[in-house]
Amino acid sequence: MKTSKNLIYSLILAVVTLALLFFLEVNKAKYGMAYTVLTKGIILAVVAVSMNLVTGFTGLFSLGQAGFMAIGAYVTAIFLIPTNSIEEVYYMSGVSPAILTFKTWLESTPLWFQSLLPYIALTAGGLVAALFAALIGIPVLRLKSDYLAIATLGFSEIMRAIISSPQMDTITNGSYGLKKIQGFSSLIQVFLIAAVCITFMILLIRSTYGRAFKAIREDEIAAEAMGINLFKHKSLSFIIGSFFAAVSGGMLAMFMRSIDAKTFTVSLTYDILLIVVVGGIGSITGSILSSLLVTASKEWWLRFFDSPLYIGSFQVPLFKTGFRMVIFSVVLLLIVLFYQRGLMGRNEFSWDGLAKAFNKLKSKSSNKGGSKIA
Amino acid sequence: MMTKNNLLTIENLSVSYGGIKAVKGISLTVPEGEIVTLIGANGAGKSTILRTIAGLVKPESGKISYRGEDITGISTTSIVEKGITLVPEGRRVFPDLTVLENLKIGAYLRKDNLQDDINRVYKLFPRLQERSWQLAGTLSGGEQQMLAVGRALMSRPKLIMMDEPSLGLAPIIVNDIMNIITTVNKEEGMTILLVEQNANLALRIAHRGYVCETGRITMEGTGMELLNDENVKAAYLGKSKNK
Repeated sequence: MKTSKNLIYSLILAVVTLALLFFLEVNKAKYGMAYTVLTKGIILAVVAVSMNLVTGFTGLFSLGQAGFMAIGAYVTAIFLIPTNSIEEVYYMSGVSPAILTFKTWLESTPLWFQSLLPYIALTAGGLVAALFAALIGIPVLRLKSDYLAIATLGFSEIMRAIISSPQMDTITNGSYGLKKIQGFSSLIQVFLIAAVCITFMILLIRSTYGRAFKAIREDEIAAEAMGINLFKHKSLSFIIGSFFAAVSGGMLAMFMRSIDAKTFTVSLTYDILLIVVVGGIGSITGSILSSLLVTASKEWWLRFFDSPLYIGSFQVPLFKTGFRMVIFSVVLLLIVLFYQRGLMGRNEFSWDGLAKAFNKLKSKSSNKGGSKIA
Repeated sequence: MMTKNNLLTIENLSVSYGGIKAVKGISLTVPEGEIVTLIGANGAGKSTILRTIAGLVKPESGKISYRGEDITGISTTSIVEKGITLVPEGRRVFPDLTVLENLKIGAYLRKDNLQDDINRVYKLFPRLQERSWQLAGTLSGGEQQMLAVGRALMSRPKLIMMDEPSLGLAPIIVNDIMNIITTVNKEEGMTILLVEQNANLALRIAHRGYVCETGRITMEGTGMELLNDENVKAAYLGKSKNK
């Protein structure tokens, strides 16, 4: 009985979300900021969940996300730059003949194939990143905790350096970056791609593989004694995590329409780590919620701190460009102080959980009322 | 065949840890259906022997055979699949997972239905059933040990190796644990290789015992023989040789 009720709630939520997305799509011009924040937020949610899979569920402290996102973004971009503007994009150093041949071949493919191109591009980006992850995983996954973090961070920086190096000019366009990338057709498309990615990772975590990941996180020696092959499962988690980081990178490229190597610095990894920590390490719904909230506060809700504020003729001090990031840092500090395990801890969102939290709040306030009378 | 009822046979096993020889050519046999104990002081190499059998450590030389088949140096995964499970020292349950999840991970290599085995473990340890949704880290030491044994049973082993199950437990709980080991042996017909520092208790429940000193086996016999041996009494049971 209860589960069917919860199912109805979830369906209602899905319908409301779809209606909201549709509404925003129609009134794009009026609600531009909400549109942007939702797009960027859900794209970052994909990479945050993938980082959570690797760090929160398998216990591998990896900081290579930006590197894998860069791979995904560049592969996707090369797929999605229109063939007739390719010369224009690579105007500085010319296009590599390999890319030109590839693009002409894409032109000759049947029309249904071309209409699926965004999905194919994102998948291809993910696969290339997964290949890289499998290769660097062989040496790197033998390292533990901080050493793994340093090694993956190093990989991410090497990737960025390679992309912006002059030797790669004809492929990545060096420091000029890639432009004119085909964007998403609608907000609903972004959400559908993200939903497919996140659902896949949720199913993985709920499977026996996910159980093995958690066992490795909790105690490697005990997990090994249970017959769990440590290297195989760590690699699997790392490769799948990198795949989805790259898909998210590709989505970011489609969202921004133009990318360059500077987009994928270490600070991007830290932004994602921050989302994961705020949402709760080991909570998928926490990561999704947190990436929407963090993106919204960074880009939107705290915006007004950046413009001068007048009360009468008195100008409030501190309100100038950049102040928003100060406030943002303070908010983060408060979250870390009062919600040490993040907004969700290791729990997942459920209707029962929400009802429980609501009842708790209600009984608290009614208790307060009681004491007033006494 | 000589090894017909011997589930596990170890011949001349030597193991080194970074240049230090921890096990120096030991031989022992574990007959099917028996409790065999390996007693000895700290650092005698007992745990190393178990870890080597489990495939967590690679031996330097020697041979380990299981049901007449050479299993020296194969991976832990294959060893668990063949039916040997280790209950590691210090219990090592997965603290942030529930009791039920811990049990399911014990059966990780099995693809068939787990419910019968879960029920079997719950029947053996009703306490675990009461706490199946509790996080393993919040259990008491004795309950964690039950869980560690239950988790090992989930892989349907033929041989369970237990590394110091009494470590860090109150004396009254230690007795419970020894009862559990006897029960698992009698009711499930499980063969058990038990490593213990608590020689008195281990020898009481064991069919056979080996005494391990600085990487060598110095004595062997039935549990009773060793319990009454003057040297064992003096060295491990805290009784004077002269009396």
